[in-house]
Amino acid sequence: GKWEVPVPKVHAQGETEVLKVIRTGKRKKKAWKRMVTKVCFVGDGFTRKPPKYERFIRPMGLRFKKAHVTHPELKATFCLPILGVKKNPSSPLYTTLGVITKGTVIEVNVSELGLVTQGGKVIWGKYAQVTNNPENDGCINAVLLV
Amino acid sequence: PLAFFVHDAEIVASLEKTLAGQTVETEKVLDIIYQPQAVFRVRAVTRCTSSLEGHTEAVISVAFSPTGKYLASGSGDTTVRFWDLSTETPQFTAKGHRHWVLSIAWSPDGKKLASGCKNSQIFLWDPATGNQIGRVLTGHSKWITCLCWEPLHINPECRYLASASKDGSIRIWDTLMGRCDKILTSHTQSVTCVKWGGDGLLYSSSQDRTIKVWRSQDGVLCRTLQGHAHWVNTMALSTDYVLRTGAFEPAEATINPQDVSGSLAELKDKAQQRYDQVRGQEPERLVSGSDDFTLFLWRPAEDKKPLERMTGHQALINQVLFSPDTRIIASASFDKSIKLWDGRTGKYLTSLRGHVSAVYQIAWSADSHLLVSGSSDSTLKVWDAKMKKLAIDLPGHADEVYATDWSPDGQRVASGGKDKCLRM
Repeated sequence: GKWEVPVPKVHAQGETEVLKVIRTGKRKKKAWKRMVTKVCFVGDGFTRKPPKYERFIRPMGLRFKKAHVTHPELKATFCLPILGVKKNPSSPLYTTLGVITKGTVIEVNVSELGLVTQGGKVIWGKYAQVTNNPENDGCINAVLLV
Repeated sequence: PLAFFVHDAEIVASLEKTLAGQTVETEKVLDIIYQPQAVFRVRAVTRCTSSLEGHTEAVISVAFSPTGKYLASGSGDTTVRFWDLSTETPQFTAKGHRHWVLSIAWSPDGKKLASGCKNSQIFLWDPATGNQIGRVLTGHSKWITCLCWEPLHINPECRYLASASKDGSIRIWDTLMGRCDKILTSHTQSVTCVKWGGDGLLYSSSQDRTIKVWRSQDGVLCRTLQGHAHWVNTMALSTDYVLRTGAFEPAEATINPQDVSGSLAELKDKAQQRYDQVRGQEPERLVSGSDDFTLFLWRPAEDKKPLERMTGHQALINQVLFSPDTRIIASASFDKSIKLWDGRTGKYLTSLRGHVSAVYQIAWSADSHLLVSGSSDSTLKVWDAKMKKLAIDLPGHADEVYATDWSPDGQRVASGGKDKCLRM
């Protein structure tokens, strides 16, 4: 069935909004490169493709590793490292690129909270949903999905 | 009477049968550990002797006095009622609060009852006459969540009272002068429980996920115990039962409960002796239950790291209690079960299942053999802690049972709930 999330409906982001066309070539005629204009998350071991061949450019200034996650019941906010982008509601392409916009479900490292399962194992990853527009604010605010 | 254990398994039938199930080398020395049991035996309560009406709103808390002579109940109709135990009828109605009475606490000598209400006021009552003693204690800005008196063996006059409130502060009141002695502030959110330990330390648990340990002498913060992932709802000390009963020894109880007699010095000595006996050589242990479905076992006087994290519950934990002989910890949870854990190491013993809805409060009998639990499914169940099974089912309430208490002399169990009547 459907899962209930705090931000159910999000305005879909079109390609012209998220990706900017970069012109290359001696005469700046070739237009096959795109630059991501929104905040994104790249993993730990991320290495760029050779610049001649990379199609999507994710600028270092827009890469974030941490998110401000609020626990809905405790009403306390923690700065937790991001583990990955689970789903971007606008397009599966953005999910694979790691683009974070409002309404994206991300996975965060919650070992700081100290939660345990019934068997005694420590819970270290949980999903959270982004609640602001990170490219406007400069930070990622999210709500933990308990 | 003694109970014998070989490698943590109790010897019930014979040594041979117990060893048959274990692999023991014939060349090694076998350690047989003995544990003294209570000298007296409490019989299980089997029937409801009376249903006491009187309250006009739900009964929130029920408490027997330390000797079992008086019974008091606090309710949402802003009154505290005293009940006569020999005739099982209402005795006094203490009016004075202007909002719901949220918590009540008997002083360890049984001569005063303190009650806290939603308007952040504390009243003191005399159980013999039903009148108010002294002045109203005001000072907190939000409602009172918990009250706890100073133990008898530290001060036989029972002068100081600690109160915890939603505003995040703990106030220590001088009941003789009727004013606030100390204010302990450090918690950032509501303080859910406060306990006055027997070693000069005060413990407070809060919704900001921490437990703070204070020195009761001067109100200085000693330690902060962190580890819980959600609100800490409840706490229990290993010496809770002996601090509650003070100088009264349940083994010497009579059919007609009497007040403890003797001069202040005698009472203090007796209480100190009983406390030393229960506590033994080790420092006090503290167990805390929380909304994150786990319990922590701490030794707050020594370490700020927990001894053990007890997991297994599937819903939030409402109350934890040490058994009077400090061997077993019982935890009541909203997942319809009560779990028993070893009191010294925190190891899981067993689950008691039988309730069909959340278990709200539990109470131990004075010999640590029986446990009564009240639940939101309107029944009470008496469990045998040694057999780890259900002993007796006590239906009869019309609606949820909010509060349960077993009298320290073992004669009666009182329970009150949403159906506004008290059952004994």
